Amino acid sequence: MSKIPDQATWYRFESGAAPFFSTVIRIDITFVIDVQNITKWYGHHTAIDRVTFSVAKGEVLAFLGPNGAGKTTTMRILTCFMPATEGTARVAGFDCTEQSLDVKRQIGYLPETPPVYQELTVTEYLTFVGRLRGITGPKLSSALDQSIGRLELGSVRHRLIGNLSRGYRQRVGLAQALLHDPPVLILDEPTVGLDPKQIIEIRELIKSLAGSHSVILSTHILPEATAVCQRVVIINKGRIVAEDTPEQLSARLRQSEKVSITLKTCPADCETTLRAIPGILNVLPGQAGGSFLIECELGRDLRDEIARVAVLSQWGLLELRTVSMTLEDVFLQLTRHEDHLSEPVEATVSASAERTDE
Amino acid sequence: MTPVQAVIAKELRGYFVSPIVYVVGAVFLLIFGLLSYLYVGFAGAQAIQLMQMQGGMAQINLNDLVFRNLFASMRIVLVIILPILTMRLFAEERKLRTFEFLMTSPIRINEIVIGKFVSVFLIYLGLVGLTVLVPTVLMLFSDFDWNPIWTGYLGMVLLGALFLSVGVFASALTENQIVAAFVSFGMLLTIWLIAGLGSLFGDTAAGRIISYVSYMEHYERLVRGLIDTSDLIYFGSGLALMLFLTHRVVESTRWK
Repeated sequence: MSKIPDQATWYRFESGAAPFFSTVIRIDITFVIDVQNITKWYGHHTAIDRVTFSVAKGEVLAFLGPNGAGKTTTMRILTCFMPATEGTARVAGFDCTEQSLDVKRQIGYLPETPPVYQELTVTEYLTFVGRLRGITGPKLSSALDQSIGRLELGSVRHRLIGNLSRGYRQRVGLAQALLHDPPVLILDEPTVGLDPKQIIEIRELIKSLAGSHSVILSTHILPEATAVCQRVVIINKGRIVAEDTPEQLSARLRQSEKVSITLKTCPADCETTLRAIPGILNVLPGQAGGSFLIECELGRDLRDEIARVAVLSQWGLLELRTVSMTLEDVFLQLTRHEDHLSEPVEATVSASAERTDE
Repeated sequence: MTPVQAVIAKELRGYFVSPIVYVVGAVFLLIFGLLSYLYVGFAGAQAIQLMQMQGGMAQINLNDLVFRNLFASMRIVLVIILPILTMRLFAEERKLRTFEFLMTSPIRINEIVIGKFVSVFLIYLGLVGLTVLVPTVLMLFSDFDWNPIWTGYLGMVLLGALFLSVGVFASALTENQIVAAFVSFGMLLTIWLIAGLGSLFGDTAAGRIISYVSYMEHYERLVRGLIDTSDLIYFGSGLALMLFLTHRVVESTRWK
């Protein structure tokens, strides 16, 4: 299998001796994963609807969405488990429908349920996986040792998978996906069933794969996406509702700057005094007594002004901080309010460079 | 090791760590042994009768009295036992969600189907191989012609291969192993009964065609010691058809 070039490559096909007739075709393989308008129907139910996104080499992309949003369906199309009803999906330059065998060689896939055979030991299972992928002899044993070492399975390598705990099975599933060191990794909820320490280890592992591998992972756990991924795709009811870096997503959806303050004493007029500051849109009472959430105009930092007013009025300023929008807020806002569905402009591909498909 | 060999090795390992192969093997060998004992007993009783009637030594034909009956009786044993061997092959993969893994591995569907079939066929060959002990032991005490025995064994191997391919097909249809076993049992019994339907039509073209579909007459000829190309073609094409259908069923799961 040819190695994937770092950048778009020019391929020259010459016919005959005369250079006059030579044809130059530019094949764009900057994107390791390139999904264009894929739609999948299950009978009358649309699982995913015109989904378009791409993943550059070495990038880690998180697929966020509520249950049944279409994450697994998209992954199954990319791994050639099922074909899309419409649209094209390409992995490492190979078409998922036409060249499925080539695509499968490029991919390490961890499905939702770790695909382990309970009657085999960890070593036997990984040996089987390696042989299926055409790795034999000394290469197989070194690949085996490497993935067992990476996922710390050394202590259980000769135990039957059926006797292992959920966390270990999940790690065996991950070891399987990493075994042949594929350029593309597709991980469906990779940290499910792991304890907090293991979750951190797996996140570190995924981070360490960034750069050399392209990774798509699906998750419900939002901090995971922030911790591990450079880019987030939020999918809801089969459609992409947003695609960007976690920071930019929260910035984009923020309609106002928010400042939270806590006061020692708050006389009745303090709300009106705060509202009088130019640029302040709204003052909302906070959860605890004496705390307020102040909404300011977008792009204005009024902390200085608020502090000055609070000190002058002798309210006893105990705390003042900006409130940033977490990915959780973004997620809930996007998946609860359908209005954003009608704004596909938001879902632009930030990492896309100029593309020429000729 | 090629991917097909990897599938065969994995399936064989799966069979030997589960109790299925031991239980099925024990029952198969027990029934084969019991039937041989019964038929040898009958043959002995017949020989004694003959000796009393004729006086002196009686010549009895072990090929006719023991082996033909034995091979004929094994049909029903195979119909009942082989679906138990094949039921897990695809159904278990689907139940345990390893099917998705197999389908996303760089291996062709026909390689998966062939790998699975060959693994269970090897187990069956092993079991049939063990039964050769019976004629070997009988050889010590009597004289008989080995040729019809070899054709009988050929018949049993071919019939078993056909039954196993039907079982593999049934296993691909469902994720429930019990359902898979029942479906293949039902299919095998139906093809058996088609022979009766054929004989209803008598010696007409329709009757001959219907009888040809059933494995009964093909197997019987081999048990009698006749190797006919048409019978070999029947078993070969039946096997190929069932494996092809399995391929289609497995492939179709991608489109659902």
